[in-house]
Amino acid sequence: MSDLTTRDSAETPDHGHGPTTDGDGTDLARPLFTGPGALPAADVPHRPRASDVNPKAARRVERQIAAMFMLAVLMVILFVIAYVGIDPYTMAYVPVLGEVGAQNAALGFTFGLGVFAIGAGAIQWAKKLMPDVEVVQERHTMTSDAEETDAAAEQFERGKEESGFGQYRLIRRTLIAALALFPIPLVVLLRDLWSPKNGGFGPSPSEVLSETAWTEGMPIVTDGTYVKIRPEEIPVGGLVSALPENINEIQEEEHNLNARGKAAILLVRMEPDEIRSQQGEGWDFEGIVAYSKICTHVGCPIALYEHRTHHLLCPCHQSTFDLADAGNVIFGPAARRMPQLPIGVNEEGFLVAKMPFQEPVGPSFWERG
Amino acid sequence: MSTVEKVGGSVATYVDNRTGSNRFLARNLKKVFPDHWSFMLGEIALYSFIVVLLTGVFLTLFYKPSMVEVVYDGSYVPLKGVMMSEAYASTLDISFDVRGGLLIRQMHHWAALLFIAAMSVHMMRVFFTGAFRKPREFNWIIGVTLIALGLAAGFSGYSLPDDLLSGTGLQIARGIIQAIPIVGTWGAFLLFDGEFPGTEFISRLYGVHILLVPGLILALVTVHLMLVWVQKHTQFPGPGRTNNNVVGYPLMPIYMAKAGGFFFVVFGVITLIGGLVTVNPIWIFGPYTPDQVSAGSQPDWYIGWLDGMLRIMPNWETVLFGYTISWNIFLPAVVIPGIVFTAAALYPFLEAWATGDKRDHNLLDRPRNAPVRTGIGVMAITFYFLLFIGGGNDIIAITFDLSINSIIWFLRIAVIVGPPIAFLITKRICLGLQRRDREKLLHGYESGRILRLPHGEFIEVHEPLTPKERAVIESAVEAYHTPLPAAQKTDANGVRNKHYRRQNLRAKLSHWFYGDAIVPPTYDEIEAGQAHVAHDAAIEAPLHEHDVDTTVMVPFHGGILHTEGEPATNREQLEERGGNL
Repeated sequence: MSDLTTRDSAETPDHGHGPTTDGDGTDLARPLFTGPGALPAADVPHRPRASDVNPKAARRVERQIAAMFMLAVLMVILFVIAYVGIDPYTMAYVPVLGEVGAQNAALGFTFGLGVFAIGAGAIQWAKKLMPDVEVVQERHTMTSDAEETDAAAEQFERGKEESGFGQYRLIRRTLIAALALFPIPLVVLLRDLWSPKNGGFGPSPSEVLSETAWTEGMPIVTDGTYVKIRPEEIPVGGLVSALPENINEIQEEEHNLNARGKAAILLVRMEPDEIRSQQGEGWDFEGIVAYSKICTHVGCPIALYEHRTHHLLCPCHQSTFDLADAGNVIFGPAARRMPQLPIGVNEEGFLVAKMPFQEPVGPSFWERG
Repeated sequence: MSTVEKVGGSVATYVDNRTGSNRFLARNLKKVFPDHWSFMLGEIALYSFIVVLLTGVFLTLFYKPSMVEVVYDGSYVPLKGVMMSEAYASTLDISFDVRGGLLIRQMHHWAALLFIAAMSVHMMRVFFTGAFRKPREFNWIIGVTLIALGLAAGFSGYSLPDDLLSGTGLQIARGIIQAIPIVGTWGAFLLFDGEFPGTEFISRLYGVHILLVPGLILALVTVHLMLVWVQKHTQFPGPGRTNNNVVGYPLMPIYMAKAGGFFFVVFGVITLIGGLVTVNPIWIFGPYTPDQVSAGSQPDWYIGWLDGMLRIMPNWETVLFGYTISWNIFLPAVVIPGIVFTAAALYPFLEAWATGDKRDHNLLDRPRNAPVRTGIGVMAITFYFLLFIGGGNDIIAITFDLSINSIIWFLRIAVIVGPPIAFLITKRICLGLQRRDREKLLHGYESGRILRLPHGEFIEVHEPLTPKERAVIESAVEAYHTPLPAAQKTDANGVRNKHYRRQNLRAKLSHWFYGDAIVPPTYDEIEAGQAHVAHDAAIEAPLHEHDVDTTVMVPFHGGILHTEGEPATNREQLEERGGNL
């Protein structure tokens, strides 16, 4: 019996399966196990199920459950057939879902339904055929009793005495010092997570972040096709995503996209009198202005430009900048204006950078100032 | 004894000789678990985590965590010949060239979404029912940690395919790390091996995603379940259920079948969704490049509130002594989430301290019986959902043709004003429900049966509560707690109370927590009330039967239905008839 009791143990527990006075449970489709661990809670209301009192209903449930398990078997077979038999590139039309990959849908459907059927069968079994009489178990508080607590304290004290932890002050203090320093190598080891590959100490992070691939006279090329741009190719209201001419060479050399992530710019052309202000005198070229494409908030590339208002909207967090007004922030979470790239044309008539960016592009950082 | 039983028996003995397993089984096979639909939420979380693990192992067999640029040569035609990282190319291969690969990838993603969703709703259940109270505070902290780890697991996984969308997410993460004062810039450089995107981050994140985070989750889940096992599950109030017992079904066979079966149900549903519903179609977004982005970029749902906070934050930034502090990023992305998770983890201790409640609680609270806690919970949910709306503000602006600026301004105000309003409304609703419960305990429930008395008065017959309902509502008596007494500046002997300020704060908090609660009736009053209702109902019932002869129409006078000279109540009428109906 141990910790299992009924709330009302004076009376014969009512299993809720109708009259049980005859004691042999003949009114049940299946006799209830009445040993320890199955004692019902006396005052929990309970109504017998059809499968408890009607052998026919019980057998029906049995068939249902078996059918679900058979369905699982069938689905596994169909899964293998679908894996082998359906061409992976066939598309199929499924109502509601539309065009789907036939094999993927078939694999998911057969496997999913099969697994589901196993679970549904097991749950149906538990709900319909296993006893649904709630039983009671006593709880015990988590607290140890006084005797155990005393014993623990005594053991601890004894251990402390035997080790002499309280007695040897020198040992204690040096141990604490040793353990306090122990994690330092683990932290120091992380230093080379960023290592200048040439072995020496390279530029600091803030120096790296403050430089881009733009240099004086660097021709501007379109993003994607990498062709140099003549001013007359950009219509008023037009927007061009652009990069420095040598961007692909840098990428080849560095094997990464870092330079691209900083150097990307937008060229926008407006009527020269629409430009209300710029970050520097004459940084435009006949109404063409160049601004960094990397948002000063957290660094998303920006490409949503409304040519009537000259507003630039970041798709990530909706910071809005006014390119007719020195790229200043007019709304949203970004704190700083978009850096402007001074541009002009070279002797061949192509757009070039007049000088590098005069402030770091991209999101703020501690050392930026 | 059949052969199977013989073999089973000798296996059991073999294992027992070496592990003592029979002792464990004898104690635990009959272990009782209470039944309630909301107890399945944690199960869903556990099972979806198992599915995540299983599908994740499959994915590691094909995925290549490398940012080396390759030319795609798989069977997805639109991207043929495009330069991309190996990570992205191998994810495309999983999606198009490994049979069932897309199914497993989508199952992995759906199961991860379900894992976090189930954990969140499970957390709400635990919070609103007070299941985190003594002795279960440790398990609450583990649970909060698991949700944080779930977010980390989700975000790190979302970032691995190296498609345009996931790369944008990483770019934002880099911006956030960089915004942490003092250590941020170096932190970002160490994590990314220099600048963003670099070439190392995907492989570093891979280790975090497949080893570190799942390892921690697995360890904590194990402890979480062991504690549930040892402490026994809480139960809702009901007939026969007390703080000192568990009423429910035994592990063997009921819960083995139910919970085991439910694992397959969850597995099956995830598989069906994974096979039939597309999630994260990375082939549409294209490979990541730091100078491109798609409009309408959205993170997975569980990151939405964090992204929303980042979106609605005003653009504060200060430069101090030549150093930049990006409040606009650091506050919403680091400080506030830190406060939210810390406050959530500490809540059980704050509540216990404020209420001075040191009792064990194995019987769950009905949310209405803890109006302040319920209010706090709804406040947190309101906060969350407003931020979640913020995370999708561009989608909302387009869908409903609203100005994005107005949405952001609305949210900036609502996120501060809305939660307290939600708190007040919730608390009032709880108190109203408490009053109704009190009515029910004293006067029974309104049966909906309208009775016309002989003199024409219409009354609604009240019936006594069913035993089950009564047991549930009666739990208000145990849940009720008077506030702590006000702190005294000096004691009886005029000695100054050194702890006055602390005690005063505590008394005030306690008053705030318990002060407005409706005093429930005592057990005696309930007994008397229910007996009274039963008695009245018994009287009213036959009168109704016998009333067929009465045909007198009684005029309605300003709401008082009574004709002079006629009995005003059943009781009077009964007495007039000498007790005979």
